[in-house]
Amino acid sequence: MNFDDTPQEAEFRATARTWIGANAPKQYEEELRKSSLGRTVLKNADILEVAKAWQKKKADAGWACLHWPKEYGGRGSSPIERVIWQQEEGPFGQLSRMFIIGHGMCGPTMMAFAREEHKRTYLPPLASGEKVWCQLFSEPAGGSDVAGLRTRAEKDGDDWVINGQKIWTSGAHYSDYGILLTRTDPTVPKHKGLTMFFLDMKSPGVEVRPIKQASGASDFNEVYFTNVRIPDHQRLGEVGDGWNVSLTTLMNERSAIGAAVSTGFPELFEYCSSLMLDDGPAIEDRAVRSKLANWAVKASGLKYTSMRAISALSKGERPGPENSIGKLVAGSMIQDVATYGLDLQGASGVVSGPEDAELAGRFQAMLLRAPGTRVEGGTDEIMRNIIAERVLGLPGDIRVDKDVPFNKIPTKGRG
Amino acid sequence: MNFDFSDDQKQLRDQARKFLAEKCSPKAVRVVLDGKAPYDKELWKGLAEMGFLGVAIPEEFGGAGAGHLELCVISEEMGRANAPVPFSSTVYLAAEALLIAGSDAQKKKWLPAIASGDAIGTLALFEGKGNPSPKNVKLTAANGVLNGVKKPVADGAIADFAVVAARNGSSGRDSDISLFLVDLKAGGIEVKSLTNLDPTRGQAEITFKDAKAEPLGAAGDGWSILTQVLDRAAVLCAFEQVGGSDRALEMGRDYALDRIAFGRQIGSFQAVKHMLADMYVSATLARSNSYYGAWALSTNAAELPEAAAAARISATQAFQHCAKNNIQVHGGMGFTWEFDCHMYYRRANAMALGLGSLSYWEDQLIDRMRKKNAA
Repeated sequence: MNFDDTPQEAEFRATARTWIGANAPKQYEEELRKSSLGRTVLKNADILEVAKAWQKKKADAGWACLHWPKEYGGRGSSPIERVIWQQEEGPFGQLSRMFIIGHGMCGPTMMAFAREEHKRTYLPPLASGEKVWCQLFSEPAGGSDVAGLRTRAEKDGDDWVINGQKIWTSGAHYSDYGILLTRTDPTVPKHKGLTMFFLDMKSPGVEVRPIKQASGASDFNEVYFTNVRIPDHQRLGEVGDGWNVSLTTLMNERSAIGAAVSTGFPELFEYCSSLMLDDGPAIEDRAVRSKLANWAVKASGLKYTSMRAISALSKGERPGPENSIGKLVAGSMIQDVATYGLDLQGASGVVSGPEDAELAGRFQAMLLRAPGTRVEGGTDEIMRNIIAERVLGLPGDIRVDKDVPFNKIPTKGRG
Repeated sequence: MNFDFSDDQKQLRDQARKFLAEKCSPKAVRVVLDGKAPYDKELWKGLAEMGFLGVAIPEEFGGAGAGHLELCVISEEMGRANAPVPFSSTVYLAAEALLIAGSDAQKKKWLPAIASGDAIGTLALFEGKGNPSPKNVKLTAANGVLNGVKKPVADGAIADFAVVAARNGSSGRDSDISLFLVDLKAGGIEVKSLTNLDPTRGQAEITFKDAKAEPLGAAGDGWSILTQVLDRAAVLCAFEQVGGSDRALEMGRDYALDRIAFGRQIGSFQAVKHMLADMYVSATLARSNSYYGAWALSTNAAELPEAAAAARISATQAFQHCAKNNIQVHGGMGFTWEFDCHMYYRRANAMALGLGSLSYWEDQLIDRMRKKNAA
């Protein structure tokens, strides 16, 4: 058990450090360092442009998508090298957020199911950030119940014609391509009638409508499809096998380990270290200390859990469902941390504008964004089910729609 | 980087698990629990023969000279089996104090005896209510003898010797405290067993009346040595707590699969599944924090104090959480004497107090984090 770099790793680190030192957009370092969940804003620049420029620079020098094969625009690095890169990239890594879905989920799904010529055409510009991808799974009628989706794909000659609606699509408003899960056969049970495609988001009939979130920001979208045509060669996997294809995507979502999950703890600790309460420094207060200690061990527990996962990965073990705990723990923790940060601010905590609020409104921004973290990529409840069923081996939920043809399943409400 | 135990260490863990599964069944634990024996002597002897008692003791002092990572994996299994032996007091507290501060002669006298299972040791620190603090040490040392009362002393009634924290100054500084080695079988010692939360590991009150004592470490260094001993023990106990958490979780899981109600396995109800998932989460966080503590302990890293406090808090919470909810999953059966759930519940809650309470370690953690940030 050790944390030391091997000579090879040390060399990799030194090379990465030197390159980052010479090339990173340092003018944004301070703003990026002070960003936290719900609050990555560059005052005088468009963050998407800055992110794309940094990604392109990395790609040109061979530092993009480290774990991807070289022929698709990656570097073919080991999992440990990927972690070392993230450590060295530091706050500039925040800029990769725009590409998480594409690099973490769409790319690997393409690698597993797309034709070779498509991989060579589409993956390098995805790696370099020139093209942004989104993932079109969720629907109003199927949130956590992904397989309950209703967007139809019907064969018409060499094309498929798509009609329907997606929702909660991160980044669709600036995406060039997307992977799309559709229903091709409503007469069979729901998991059996799905088919996956990728498509050009600029195709006629695709309409993207940003959703205004509780926080006021618009990171997500509704996407409408009206007679959108997708050529059959853009199908990923077999007709009717879309559920299995989507499981690959979701497995890859989980393996995006090493990426630091936001817990809000570093922000809270820093805040309490200098905050004066009525009776003295917050950090001297018994109640404050107890709260901090409890969150500290959760934050460190998550950090070392992810290190254990990386060690396993580097020995060739596959990332398992146990990695679901990161999002499960961090999601509610950041919500609680933000609530407590505001509690410490007293009545003034209600003010949320970055200009007037305490600590430039960091906790206020976190509070309003955190509910989304607990839902996106699977709710807390779904995460607990995954742990209970796939790690602990408990029985699956009883599913009354299991063997029922999809078009006979009653549905109501929005997911 | 490799943040895992080695294959050899994992093999040792399997060996310990197998040994304990054979020699330390719940039935064997119950002999001590029911008060028929103060500890499991046969198991203690067996642990010595397997080399587990002296795994971290250097070969020159009769141990296996393996190291602390090896001790960690064994500790995990001791916790999993709920072993009714004075392992933590002897191996973590007494042996570690000797390793840190003992003279060559003291090490030669006690360490081989610990490794061979011939001597049980303990740490006599507490004097009634309160957490580890120099000001809570009232027992006095003067002219080579100790006077005062220590309680509770873990395994005090069966221990052969104790490391005793005593006051030999009144400056109000930490340097008022020194450590002493006391042969508990010699004169001037009165021992009284105390009823306690976890009868599988006894507690005692020890009265020292002009009891002969030899210094352990330099005069005035007592508090600094104790802090190191407690930090090391915090990591080692955390592994026992992790083992106990895992076992409690397994028991709950197995029962949830076995028990049918409303025509279904109760483990198919989300309320039960989610309770078990949360137990898994707390046990996993504790395990990861403990691994970090193990790394810091085995390399004697500057991070040890902070890592130890984090491991301690996380593992204490996890064991309490898992032991408590294991009973809940079991429903009415869970709080009968007949089922084993309460043994882990007792152990979890007794261990939560043994090295100072949770709030004490929370304080320690924040102090240490501040120090690091200031540095």
